[in-house]
Amino acid sequence: MPRIGVFVCWCGSNIAGTVDVSTVSEAVKNEQGVVFSTNYQYMCSQSGQDIIKNAIRKHNLTGIVVCSCSPRMHEATFRKTAAAAGLNPYMVEIANIREQCSWVHKDMLTGTQKAIVLTKAAIAKVNLNSPLTPGESPVTKRALVIGGGIAGIQTALDIADAGFPVDIVETKPTIGGKMAQLDKTFPTLDCAACILTPKMVDAAQNDKIRIYSYSEVEEVNGFVGNFDVKIRRKARYVKEELCTGCGLCTEKCPQKKVPNEFNMGMDNRRAIYIPFAQAVPKVATIDADYCTMLKTGKCGVCSKVCTAGAIDYKQKDEIITERYGAIVAATGFNPISMDKFDEYAYSQSKDVITSLEFERLTNAAGPTAGKLLRPSDGKHPHTVVFVQCVGSRCAAAEKGKEYCSKICCMYTAKHAMLIRDKYPDVEVYVFYIDVRTPGKNFDEFYRRAVEEYGVHYIKGMVGKVSPEGDVLKVQASDLIANKQLHIDADLVVLAAAIEPDKSARSLATMLTASMDTNDFFTEAHPKLRPVESPTAGVFLSGACQGPKDIPETVSQAGAAASKVIGLLAKDKLIGNPCIAHSDEMMCNGCSSCERVCPYGAITYVNKEFRMPDRTTLVRRVASVNEAVCQGCGACTVACPSGAMDLRGFTAQQIMSEVDAICK
Amino acid sequence: MQVSEYKPRIVAFCCNWCSYAGADLAGNNRLNYPAEVKIIRVPCSCRVNPSFVLRAFQRGADGVIICGCHPGDCHYTSGNYYTRRRMAMLFSMLEYLGIEKERTRVEWVSAAEGAKFAATMNDFVETVAALGENKRLEDLRCKR
Amino acid sequence: MHNKDNVTERVLRISGVNARRCMKCGKCSASCPSYDEMEYHPHQFVYMVESGDVEPLLNSRSIYKCLTCFACVDRCPRGVEPVKLVEAIRLEVIREQGANHLRADDVPAKIDEDVPQQLLVSAFRKYAK
Repeated sequence: MPRIGVFVCWCGSNIAGTVDVSTVSEAVKNEQGVVFSTNYQYMCSQSGQDIIKNAIRKHNLTGIVVCSCSPRMHEATFRKTAAAAGLNPYMVEIANIREQCSWVHKDMLTGTQKAIVLTKAAIAKVNLNSPLTPGESPVTKRALVIGGGIAGIQTALDIADAGFPVDIVETKPTIGGKMAQLDKTFPTLDCAACILTPKMVDAAQNDKIRIYSYSEVEEVNGFVGNFDVKIRRKARYVKEELCTGCGLCTEKCPQKKVPNEFNMGMDNRRAIYIPFAQAVPKVATIDADYCTMLKTGKCGVCSKVCTAGAIDYKQKDEIITERYGAIVAATGFNPISMDKFDEYAYSQSKDVITSLEFERLTNAAGPTAGKLLRPSDGKHPHTVVFVQCVGSRCAAAEKGKEYCSKICCMYTAKHAMLIRDKYPDVEVYVFYIDVRTPGKNFDEFYRRAVEEYGVHYIKGMVGKVSPEGDVLKVQASDLIANKQLHIDADLVVLAAAIEPDKSARSLATMLTASMDTNDFFTEAHPKLRPVESPTAGVFLSGACQGPKDIPETVSQAGAAASKVIGLLAKDKLIGNPCIAHSDEMMCNGCSSCERVCPYGAITYVNKEFRMPDRTTLVRRVASVNEAVCQGCGACTVACPSGAMDLRGFTAQQIMSEVDAICK
Repeated sequence: MQVSEYKPRIVAFCCNWCSYAGADLAGNNRLNYPAEVKIIRVPCSCRVNPSFVLRAFQRGADGVIICGCHPGDCHYTSGNYYTRRRMAMLFSMLEYLGIEKERTRVEWVSAAEGAKFAATMNDFVETVAALGENKRLEDLRCKR
Repeated sequence: MHNKDNVTERVLRISGVNARRCMKCGKCSASCPSYDEMEYHPHQFVYMVESGDVEPLLNSRSIYKCLTCFACVDRCPRGVEPVKLVEAIRLEVIREQGANHLRADDVPAKIDEDVPQQLLVSAFRKYAK
């Protein structure tokens, strides 16, 4: 039988001014289970807490109700008090008779009556409380970063800096990501390689960091603190540990006609290649789609020239399994396809390029060695037209993206400025809908492009680009002059919208991390938890969470790292005991709960049941992962058989409160 | 305003993170609302099982209101969306059974909206009081 | 003679266009082949209808310069469909002339399912006088 104590607090005159506290403590004396009832001036004070402790010991109480201020205020206090007296802290209920009673009502009779009802409801609930113990789970002190762009590199460096081992998984043969392809970076115009490559080297040399390049995450199991991850190390047909990166093979390979993806297909590489000079790891990779040896078995030139004996045509994909405490998604972005934008003649003319192609065109290590030359005929262009918002802010989902890609305004200003700086003879037009430059020193940067460099910014859009001979006829509107413009351009650069990398969708499924309609990862709270996924132990870094420039990516990477460090620093995770729990005997394995769970905390297990006729039956039943469940209760309502319940807020408990209130 | 003898019985389910805190704020700011409103704290509005609402009406409640975080602000990301859908279904069924739809309500109250909480409760109690006692679903065996 | 708000409302209703979706990028006008012929350009149609300033459009020759080529509809990033506004204003003018010889009741029987709506509307304009 429950033995319940009721403690009514006066809170000075805060409660006692509108609620007759002694009437309340008197009125509940005969409620079910109540064996002790008292009131005191300040229950939260040391002497008030002593009254509670003594009563628990003296009357052998199994549960207590404190009628006081909001549980948001002192629930923790009274739970500690109970624990100190040897009572399970979850056997405490609070009746909120201050914020929700004495403070909102003026009349003594009304206030007292309501306080009695609230107290009775709390007594009804505590009658059904059961002692709860929070679950504990260990933490594997190793982090996994998926994606080796600037976001992933920075996150890994910061985690390693705190002393925790961290692995980077990168699908390309080298880390570096999109930033490695860029020329200069806004708003300071320092070169991307100069600030990125030292970080890549740091990551490679850090003994806490392991880089799995040319690898993909294959499978993720487990939960916060204990993720078991399978990583596929794709066969690169070169022994990573033997290759010195001398590059001789990449010069001798006879297969010369492979589009170079690092230069956005604007020149060719060999079938065996190192993506760029500062690649990390600096190891050659054979492209199996183009290698003659792998396709026909006849060639073997690279193997002959390699003095290190690193070439291995028989190499196979390898699967490794590792356990991690935390996972960071840093899968980054890609520009969208321009296929649906026929009006800009992207597929008809080589001289219509995207901004990322333009980056390679101005990069000293790019296909033109940094000279601004038209891709079609290698001639110097005299008029360059930039078109902003190509596919950004576009309502038609089959063409573009509804969101603003955020980085285009700034890099277009940068491109325009770089052209005018190197080639003052080139006329540069930028067509914009809005120029969006929030950010430190960003608007000043854009204004410099206009004021110092004389870039023509025109409010309006380009409607059509038609290649005629060797010029591109650009038809556009100038909304401020209210004119239609016809410009003969030599080069047209499209600021293509950016979208999350295609791998993000399958990764999200593996991680049970949620995504928005655009396939960006969703953060746990848009304002207050911006680098955490709602799935415990999964963190977000960089453009996989939303369009971001480099400064923002780096700061988010640091934030994600600090969250990971905070998690890995713990020896064990102590859970919230007020979580869902499934009654195996009642569960019919319908999966309703699994579908509504925002955290992926529910899995199904096949369980053996002893039947009354002494046979055994294997049934599929829901099982809640206590380390992952956050206790929202969505599953409890979805469950058709009533098997799922929420500890601390059971259906019985809430119903008994309802009954007490309606009595 | 005419003071009537009849006092409706209102059960308010408030989610712990937004609406319960909003109710606390109403108290902090000493904003009045009728004492007929009794609040039950739930972790999230999606914890409210339709059977709780039915139980309240069975036991003689005259109105039930469920308060949660604003859409998009749910502490558990999507709980209030579930509430919105479930309650839309439940309320239309209740209306079919003859429980006026004014007796039931889902309202979004953030932790900063103490004033909105008080105003909502004042309005709700007034609306329910105008409808009179709920006799349709009340189980006479449970009558006090 | 016009009730200003009523005309705007009718134009919006006939066209089915939500002019508020426009983000004023001007791609419609950039795409328009008869831009130079027009006094008011496609983006102005959207802006003026949205702000309830339809009167000048009703009296402008611009509505007959539109080729109904649908380039503006195809290229609009927001799905605003400016040409439908032009067409709606044309209709408004014709109704205004009181020259609706075709009785509304006779119409359904005459409609061929396969004929594009736009063509029907143009035919109305031509032959209804």
